[in-house]
Amino acid sequence: MPNASSALAEQFDDLPQQQESSVLGMWTFLATEILFFGGMFMSYIAYRSAYPQAFAEASRHTIVLYGTINTAILLTSSLTVALAVHAVQEGRSKACFWLLVLTVLFGCCFLVVKGLEYHDDLNEQLWPGPHFKSGLPPQSQIFWFLYWAMTGLHALHVTIGVGLLSVIAWMAQKGKFSAAYYNPVDVSALYWHFVDIVWIFLYPLLYLINRYS
Amino acid sequence: MITAVPQTDIPRPSLAPRRLSNYFEEGGRTLASWLLTTDHKRIGLLYLYSIIVYFIIAAFAAALIRIELITPAGDLVTSETYNKLFTIHGTLMVWFFLIPSVPAVLGNFVLPLMLGARDVAFPKLNLLSWYLFNLGGLMALYAVAFGGADTGWTFYTPYSSTYSHSHVVTMAAGVFIAGFGSILTGLNFIITIHKMRAPGLTWFRLPLFVWSLYSTSVILVLATPVLAMTLALMSLERIWGLGVFDPKLGGDPVLFQHLFWFYSHPAVYIMILPGMGVVSELIPCFSRKPIFGYHFIAFSSVAIAVLGFLVWGHHMFVSSESIYAGLVFSLLSYLVAVPSAIKVFNWTMTMYRGRIYLSTPFLYALGFIGLFTIGGLTGLFLAALGVDVHVHGTYFIIAHFHYIMVGGMVTAFMGGLHYWWPKITGRLYPENLGRLAALIMFIGFNLTFFPQFVVGYLGMPRRYHSYAPEFQIYNVLSTAGASILGIGYLLPLIYFIWSLKHGRRAPSNPWKATGLEWQTSSPPPKHNFHETPVVTEEPYQYSPVPEQRLIYG
Amino acid sequence: MTFPVFPHQASRIAIETDRIYLGLLCLSVAVCLVVFVPMIFFLFKYRSTHPADRTPRRLPQNKIEITWTLIPLFVFMAFYAWAARQYFEIERPPPDARNINVIGKQWMWKIQHPEGNREINELHVPVGRIVKLTMTSQDVIHSFFLPEFRIKQDVVPGRYTAEWFKAENIGTYNIFCSEYCGTSHSKMIGHVIVMSPADYQTWLIRGQPGSTLAQSGGRLFLELGCSGCHIGPSIVRAPPLDGVFGKPVPLTTGDVVLADEAYLRDSILFPAKQIVAGYTNDMPTFAAKVSEEELLELIAYLKSLGTTQ
Repeated sequence: MPNASSALAEQFDDLPQQQESSVLGMWTFLATEILFFGGMFMSYIAYRSAYPQAFAEASRHTIVLYGTINTAILLTSSLTVALAVHAVQEGRSKACFWLLVLTVLFGCCFLVVKGLEYHDDLNEQLWPGPHFKSGLPPQSQIFWFLYWAMTGLHALHVTIGVGLLSVIAWMAQKGKFSAAYYNPVDVSALYWHFVDIVWIFLYPLLYLINRYS
Repeated sequence: MITAVPQTDIPRPSLAPRRLSNYFEEGGRTLASWLLTTDHKRIGLLYLYSIIVYFIIAAFAAALIRIELITPAGDLVTSETYNKLFTIHGTLMVWFFLIPSVPAVLGNFVLPLMLGARDVAFPKLNLLSWYLFNLGGLMALYAVAFGGADTGWTFYTPYSSTYSHSHVVTMAAGVFIAGFGSILTGLNFIITIHKMRAPGLTWFRLPLFVWSLYSTSVILVLATPVLAMTLALMSLERIWGLGVFDPKLGGDPVLFQHLFWFYSHPAVYIMILPGMGVVSELIPCFSRKPIFGYHFIAFSSVAIAVLGFLVWGHHMFVSSESIYAGLVFSLLSYLVAVPSAIKVFNWTMTMYRGRIYLSTPFLYALGFIGLFTIGGLTGLFLAALGVDVHVHGTYFIIAHFHYIMVGGMVTAFMGGLHYWWPKITGRLYPENLGRLAALIMFIGFNLTFFPQFVVGYLGMPRRYHSYAPEFQIYNVLSTAGASILGIGYLLPLIYFIWSLKHGRRAPSNPWKATGLEWQTSSPPPKHNFHETPVVTEEPYQYSPVPEQRLIYG
Repeated sequence: MTFPVFPHQASRIAIETDRIYLGLLCLSVAVCLVVFVPMIFFLFKYRSTHPADRTPRRLPQNKIEITWTLIPLFVFMAFYAWAARQYFEIERPPPDARNINVIGKQWMWKIQHPEGNREINELHVPVGRIVKLTMTSQDVIHSFFLPEFRIKQDVVPGRYTAEWFKAENIGTYNIFCSEYCGTSHSKMIGHVIVMSPADYQTWLIRGQPGSTLAQSGGRLFLELGCSGCHIGPSIVRAPPLDGVFGKPVPLTTGDVVLADEAYLRDSILFPAKQIVAGYTNDMPTFAAKVSEEELLELIAYLKSLGTTQ
């Protein structure tokens, strides 16, 4: 593979070493990311146990339809990115390219839906502060602060993921990857799965906590 | 360790210099060749230059603090300035000097050499870390230059989030950004240690410095993001008044302390574990003995890293934490003292039946053991619940953590810098001056900080601009010690710079040390080894006989 | 020139804390001897130029390691238990204490005595009487530190913390704020003045407070309109408050909480947080209407309702 050997960075002895390093590197990075979100999840847990009623009441104002659509979009995008990795492993780099493009589109859809939702939330005066929607208990502002912070940070990660996958798709289009060398696809897909998993935690915590009653 | 494939083409050390390739020459001498380098050795040096700048600024703040405290009245600077001074001192020293000192300078330089690797796993990321670190540093300096922050390095809410009228957000943003530099360095080291080891270099053949860097990196990767998030929440609260930590909206200011110490207590171990690693290199080399209890020292590093995550609550025994939480955190804090004790005993035992050379790096190692032991023992006072109620928030704790961080980490950093200086620069430093500086530092340090234990138990609270007259005598002693300590730090700065031009040329292995970093030339070539070394032996295969002639400057 | 080492011991707690401190000092000296005596001996005996027996010895390494792991562990555990016992005593105020309120504010301590006396940065107490301080802050976190009594407790906005002491001798002692609280942190200091019971009575009377803390609270109870719902014909809409302090209160959620100072405080500031079983969430918040001092007066009044019935 001509392109495979040129992809070997000088500090590594061979491609498997490079590949294992970058995959392990991404896992380590994701460990960092989990703890990064962890600070907010801890705050969420602390305040929800202190103010269960305020949280339940505040959560009823989230727009569950948007949340559900976005959950479906992200789950599907995880599938397409997994298929992209599978495709490149089998050497079908054209298929890989289109699957990556599809994933990027799903990511963009997610952001658009999220943007619409933010717009509605703002119209509902759900931004905490002096102009916060009246009639809600004061601690529900904490819920809404966490809502904006957590989904905002998540959306930032989606945006980064969209950018990353676009570059990878472009590289796939250029024929940089093959069954012997597809490391960047693999690593970027890992990142995308992480973004998906974070959302899977956010969705019930923010949208579903009091829908059963 | 012995390399089965010895390097070719290495001239004998004392011969007249023949031009041989080294990382200073290869790649050019231009500024751009340094600022765009991906060579771990050059990046290590870039870190060295940066942290010296931050150190000097933070030390200057400390000097002003010490001069102010000579008299009980607050007469040199206003209380506002005083509060900004200790904030500058704490913030810069913790995040911009201590945390990067051993890992990012010495670790960057020697880790790939010790592993027999050509570079770290992700060299570009390594350079990015340095840029993030300095971007953060410049933001912190910007905050300082345009008015400073007055929250103390701990940023406690609601003072930081609501009441302070200073550049809190800029300062926090500086720490936030530099934090990502730390995370990426930790990540890089973890992968490098996992994947870049030379053939034959199994986990239990690794030098103990590598073990300590590994433990440190795990903490960097897992704790730093929590700090970043905590500071971000605090800043958002400050900008928008959102109520996460604001009691008026039902928030809890103590939650900030929990999140903050969940990072910052492990961070204390970032500021001591690498130092322990350095000392574990120095003791066997200058005692000419294999280290005693290799496995126990290695695993005690891991134990400290793990337990370090579970003791954050001991910073909040009097912060309205539940007394039962206090019980658990106190117990765990006692447990974390055990692995540290194990290390000290093993280091001492290593000297038994050795052949001891009282060279500069070894003097620093001895200083480390002495000061770290006192620092660790006074940690037991703070972990003791009933006693902590009295000494919490006083100068006792100031003395305690300076014994660990300055007495421990800075001493180890100086020891490591002297030890690897010939490798880094290819020059020897003047040995007698080195020993003198080590002695001055030890004396100055103790005179500065030992009186603070006493004045702390007497009840002098920390962060006091003016204080009761009965505390004065100890503050005068402390300031006197600080001026001696200052000379102690100045001396190496001068002779190191001098040695760059005038020092004797260093052979590849002046200390006759084991370890792969000594098997290549001094300074090493860009890719570290002319041929990949192969390891066939356990580490620290030193023998006390026959007598060796170490080469001093 | 004197080199004081211990602050004055103003209470039994102080004596015991010093005892633990001395115990830890002895432990430290012992550890230093164990480490440094052999180390210095080795440094001398095995220095590079000195002839000595350096033939390697096979030592029972695991036994040695286990010994010096377990011995410190057991010794540490003993100290842990000793100091933890002391902590329990410090942190749990005895029941029959005289309650005095402390409000921290940048940068002063405001004190309320039950008789209605108020003072700033001075705390007058009778000797030999257990004094419990109920503390809160109206701005940032402070810490009420009495070095001669070896006690301190953070004073946190939004909640009540407590601290207690029993002065053994007449005298004047330091109050320091030991949690950094801003510009004049080091000026947030004061004195505890311990007086004989007779002098203390004279001092209380000379202060001429006019009304006790509970009476002031009662006046507020009327002025703020609390009495409109909690007393009289409208009582059906709001729970009665006679004797509520210290009693368990059932909530709409099914939980039962103890009506302590924190509960009363939250019920005034955040009434929707916990609603008493059988009632609805009708009460407005008084968060912006009452100061920390007034809150403590109201609580004193509510407590007094418990004792008079």
